[in-house]
Amino acid sequence: MIKAILIFNNHGKPRLSKFYQRYSEDTQQQIIRETFHLVSKRDENVCNFLEGGLLIGGSDNKLIYRHYATLYFVFCVDSSESELGILDLIQVFVETLDKCFENVCELDLIFHVDKVHNILAEMVMGGMVLETNMNEIVTQIDAQNKLEKSETGQVDKGIGDF
Amino acid sequence: MSDVVERTLSALPGLLGQHDPGAGPGGAGGPGRVSASSRLGSLIRNITALTSKHEEEKLIQQELTSLKATVAAPSTTLRLMKECMVRLIYCEMLGYESSFGYIHAIKLAQQGNLLEKRVGYLAVSLFLHENHELLLLLVNTVVKDLQSTNLVEVSMALTVVSQIFPREMIPAVLPLIEDKLQHSKEIIRRKAVQALYKFYLIAPNQVQHIHDKFRKALCDRDAGVMAASLHIYLQMIKENSSGYKDLTGSFVTILKQVVGGKLSADFNYHSVPAPWLQIQLLRILGLLGKDDPRTSELMYDVLDESLRRAEINHNITYAILFECVQTIYTIYPKSELLEKAAKCIGKFVLSPKINLKYLGLKALTYVIQQDPNLALQHQMTIIECLDHPDPIIKRETLELLYRITNGQNVVVIVQKMLDYLKESKEEYAIINLGGKIAELWFIQTMNAVFSVGGDVVHSDIPNNFLRLLAEGFDDGKEDHQLRMYAVQSYLALLEEEDKLYPQKFLQVMSWVLGEYFSLTDVDPEVILTKLHSLLKKTFVTSETKAWIMAAVTKIASHTSCSKTVDELIQELSSSLDTCLRQYAFELQHLCEDKALMKSLLPFDASCSDLVVDASLSFLDGFVAEGLGQGAAPYKPHHQRQEEKLSQEKALNFEPYGLSFASSVSSSGVTGRQSPTGLSFGSDTSGNSAETGHKETNTLKLEGVRKLWGKEGYLPKKENKTGKGNEPQAVPCGSLLAGQVGEPPALQPDQGASLSEEDKEKQQLASTLFVGLGSSAGVSLMGKADTATQKFKRKSKINETQQLSEEASDFQSSAASDFGPLLDTVPVNMEDSEGSLHTRLRKASSCSSDIVEDNLAFETLQSLRKSVLDDRLSANRLSQSSLFADSNIEILQPSPSAQCESASETPLVPSLPEELEGLPHSEGEGLCQSDALALHLCKVWTDDSLLLVVFVSNKTTSALHAVNLVFEETEHFQILESATSQFPVIEAQSVEHCQKCVRMSKVCTQAILSGSVSYQSEMETRLEFSVTLSLMDFIRPMEMTTEDFGKLWLSLSNDVKQNIKMSSCQDSLSAALDTLQQKLKLHRVDIIGNEGILACQLLPSVPCLLHCRTHSGMLALWFRSPCAALPDGLLYQCQKLSQKQSCRGNPTREYYSIQFSIENSVVSILIFHSVTIFIAAWSILKDEPVFQEGKEAGQKEESTSPVCMEELVQEAARGQSSYADSAELAG
Repeated sequence: MIKAILIFNNHGKPRLSKFYQRYSEDTQQQIIRETFHLVSKRDENVCNFLEGGLLIGGSDNKLIYRHYATLYFVFCVDSSESELGILDLIQVFVETLDKCFENVCELDLIFHVDKVHNILAEMVMGGMVLETNMNEIVTQIDAQNKLEKSETGQVDKGIGDF
Repeated sequence: MSDVVERTLSALPGLLGQHDPGAGPGGAGGPGRVSASSRLGSLIRNITALTSKHEEEKLIQQELTSLKATVAAPSTTLRLMKECMVRLIYCEMLGYESSFGYIHAIKLAQQGNLLEKRVGYLAVSLFLHENHELLLLLVNTVVKDLQSTNLVEVSMALTVVSQIFPREMIPAVLPLIEDKLQHSKEIIRRKAVQALYKFYLIAPNQVQHIHDKFRKALCDRDAGVMAASLHIYLQMIKENSSGYKDLTGSFVTILKQVVGGKLSADFNYHSVPAPWLQIQLLRILGLLGKDDPRTSELMYDVLDESLRRAEINHNITYAILFECVQTIYTIYPKSELLEKAAKCIGKFVLSPKINLKYLGLKALTYVIQQDPNLALQHQMTIIECLDHPDPIIKRETLELLYRITNGQNVVVIVQKMLDYLKESKEEYAIINLGGKIAELWFIQTMNAVFSVGGDVVHSDIPNNFLRLLAEGFDDGKEDHQLRMYAVQSYLALLEEEDKLYPQKFLQVMSWVLGEYFSLTDVDPEVILTKLHSLLKKTFVTSETKAWIMAAVTKIASHTSCSKTVDELIQELSSSLDTCLRQYAFELQHLCEDKALMKSLLPFDASCSDLVVDASLSFLDGFVAEGLGQGAAPYKPHHQRQEEKLSQEKALNFEPYGLSFASSVSSSGVTGRQSPTGLSFGSDTSGNSAETGHKETNTLKLEGVRKLWGKEGYLPKKENKTGKGNEPQAVPCGSLLAGQVGEPPALQPDQGASLSEEDKEKQQLASTLFVGLGSSAGVSLMGKADTATQKFKRKSKINETQQLSEEASDFQSSAASDFGPLLDTVPVNMEDSEGSLHTRLRKASSCSSDIVEDNLAFETLQSLRKSVLDDRLSANRLSQSSLFADSNIEILQPSPSAQCESASETPLVPSLPEELEGLPHSEGEGLCQSDALALHLCKVWTDDSLLLVVFVSNKTTSALHAVNLVFEETEHFQILESATSQFPVIEAQSVEHCQKCVRMSKVCTQAILSGSVSYQSEMETRLEFSVTLSLMDFIRPMEMTTEDFGKLWLSLSNDVKQNIKMSSCQDSLSAALDTLQQKLKLHRVDIIGNEGILACQLLPSVPCLLHCRTHSGMLALWFRSPCAALPDGLLYQCQKLSQKQSCRGNPTREYYSIQFSIENSVVSILIFHSVTIFIAAWSILKDEPVFQEGKEAGQKEESTSPVCMEELVQEAARGQSSYADSAELAG
């Protein structure tokens, strides 16, 4: 199971945090800090896996991360997930973001936290991988956007008529 | 990809100043990109401009205040609210609480249009957790959205349900989600399955009825839905693999199709077909095939194909390969596949890609126990990894080394670990490694561990260390040296003034100094001064001070008169710390009577048994005197509270009354070795050796001379003699004293040239891998000698091995070292045997009660009277067939039957005599090979579950060194030790051993696995597993109504549930009887339509059940101190009621009675109490002798007793004349 998905930048500023297991508000912040601390001091040419920090739950857990330019994407998972599988899932996630935002950058993540969460929700649901096919995810998101847009449009129009 | 991101991101700081996010490319961002520029944009811009954390805090607080005003204003539109929510999400992410917005998030989810609703749901799922009280307000919205025709709404509702949903509200949405499994859109079906998976995780009881729907999802026409259902199956199979063996074929077929490329190309990822799906399936297969040759057989082909198909072209194929390898090594081994898998591991280990190397090491660690030769093949790579720049790789390598540690390489490996420990600053790594080193153990090593690891090392480690030191080994001289070395090294460490040591280390030091100071010729006064100065230090915690004081007391008892001690007493008598003051007074009084002090604190008696009169009988006189003078008798705390409660009449539980007996009286043991024990017994960091003593004390109460009596302490020479024997008590060789002196520096010389470096690496390899696998491994290096030369005391190598074994034994159990448990167990059993017999009889009489209850129709009254009582009950055989229908789990011991089976196959085991009388299961085969067979029999004794394992030697020659080991699991705890050894099992004979098992973590059922190894021509190992259910550990708990009432109030965890009663138990008493019989509950009382039952989970966790019937429902209310126990029992109850209602066909509910008359079995079925069907079956001829069906009309009901009697008599006659009955049957 995926316990948490964290995105933060090179300075440790959180850009997205999603916890699939319950942690208290304070613990969540500590986990983000601890994870950043662990991940940021790793060189570029070392492996992408880390045995879990203390807070997130000890030896059964591992951190799997990827570093893209200014952003770290970290997945905290338990032993029932495949390391390489998750590593590629991160890649799928980032590629999907790239497709949805057309050349995604840190700014997109900051200003559209809600959209990033929506995309994530199509990939991972309740801590389990739901969809790994990028095209499928993009289709879902597009379809939803279209529906929403049409509804909002109608409402706006309705109000205007009124 | 990454450079794309880089391009945009590198410009970020500059962009933030003037960049309008709306100016970015449109696309999916759509309108959002524009709107965000407003408030959120300025907020973020401002935050980015700030430099200090403090400023950020101020700004966010400002922002929150303004948000609070906005969301509370009634004029705020939903659209504005949506924007506010996004800002709140941002603030929460930065760690600022914004609880004022939670309720508005729920409102937004409820009222908004799609876009706003989505943000509302998102905010709710980010802000709240599943136990949050506000979440209940969301339930209605979710229900509404689940019923919506809009796909997006349904999909959002399902997402939120799988993220957070209150457990108790599951029934409200469950039927809706079940409906969604038939939805036409695959994405909805898929999400519904995931939501159900969530429900399964948090409340397995609530979804147990829809397991067949999971199966349907597994067969869904869409592969995505099928993949989602795999999550559920993986979880269920993890919990109970035996229940899903039948699905193995399906999983194999699915995997075969996926691997064969039968899925549409949509599922491909980098032209690999559905890799994540493959990974999931491989995991499931691994779980299914574990220890099961037959199931494993089914998957060999597909695993082979997976390995073959996974051509290396991408990262993801490695993921599949890794999973394949793991599965191959998990399931029942097949040499051909193992070979391929080993080759695969080689590819990983040798890969230049660091991720793969890491996984390769991981795989090696996983398989090392099965195949140590594999490590030998890669030893040079492993050595290189040991110096790898990546600490994670290093740690994984150490983990691998840890697995192959043996007596010959322990020194080198520990050294390597220590090196790592010194470099590492991660708390996690220190804890983890510290534990491992402690297992591999060394004094000097320990000193380093303590001072580096400090207070984060687990508290067991110092305790184990001290125990090892105190118990010593069988060589007195070496013990002496070891202890002396410890004292000297600690004194040297304390010499350095002003150096900070971790508290735990100080505690260890002071204990050792207090216990063994006289071994050195250092003046005690010097040690006292040191301890005294330590006491004055501010960084020393009061707990540590207690340890130090204990040491001072011990030392003081052996010195005549000490200035320091007097000074100390003076100083501490006025200390603010009450504990220290107490110590000082104790010390002062003891100093006044040196003789008493000496006898109280004999030298080196930490291992001698202390006998404690836990009942405090020596106070009896004092108590009697007090009572005589009119003092009130003592009441335990809970009783007093209870009385207060009942006086207040807060809850009317009067019929139940008060007083519960079985609460264990806690015995305050005052061991002199544990300084904490002297004053505050609740201190958790007491010496674990002490707990060991406690166990022995409670076990060995008889036969040991009392040291504490009515007059107080009884000084005897007992202790002195005990002391002489003790150090020799534990047989174990010790190399320590010798090795402690020489530093274990086996590091290659740093100044060596390159070619020498290689040589040294090889040398290091040979020292690391000695004793691994066959001798071929050592000769591989061609330098076997250098390895052993490192160990100057060659002859002791075996002993070192023993040492490491000893160290690992250490963790396993305290009881095995101390308690003569084996001696006491048979005694207990003999004692209880008699009572068990009577119990059994009682149980059987109970069950006949049940039959009577079932028969409690007027229609059958006369029949029962005339037939059952008079004719049948005399005959034992018929009695047992009476019970055949009620499915009694208690087997009646029938010696004749066992003799029979024993004569058929000589090797079928029979229980030892003392166990035969106890209720037990039939022997089941666990595993067998050509030479050996294992059978297991569960014996349910009153106080435990005994697993009796029979090892039968099927060969014609004796088997040697048969070793039976149970694996440790989180669910079960095996008392005594988990292993049994039989040095020799004679040809064609059976040996047995008993293991007493307790459930340490409550679960409905779990698997206990183990292995047996033996020596015939070569060493062979067989694995087996046995499923133990919760019911194996449940025993009735006898108590009175009063006890029940009292206990009920004191328990906090409760679970309530209504279950539908099947018709055959529609009376309360019938329902209770079923519970009593099937779940081994004790029926305490029935009052009106309420009944109470009690049971206990062994050893003594009570669980109480309160039942009430109303309109066909049975309301169950469990209470127990253990949170998981009520859930487990509830599950059993539900299963039971399901089973029963299955038997009672919904349209044709029937009651069935079966009994036998002379040589026929008669069964009577009554459908809807109107149709009666009687069949008689001749036992002798094994054919039907009589059948009769009769429609008894409504009006005939009153006359049916007569009718029944006639029929039964006819049946009886029919047995004598077959022809007649044939006619009747026609």
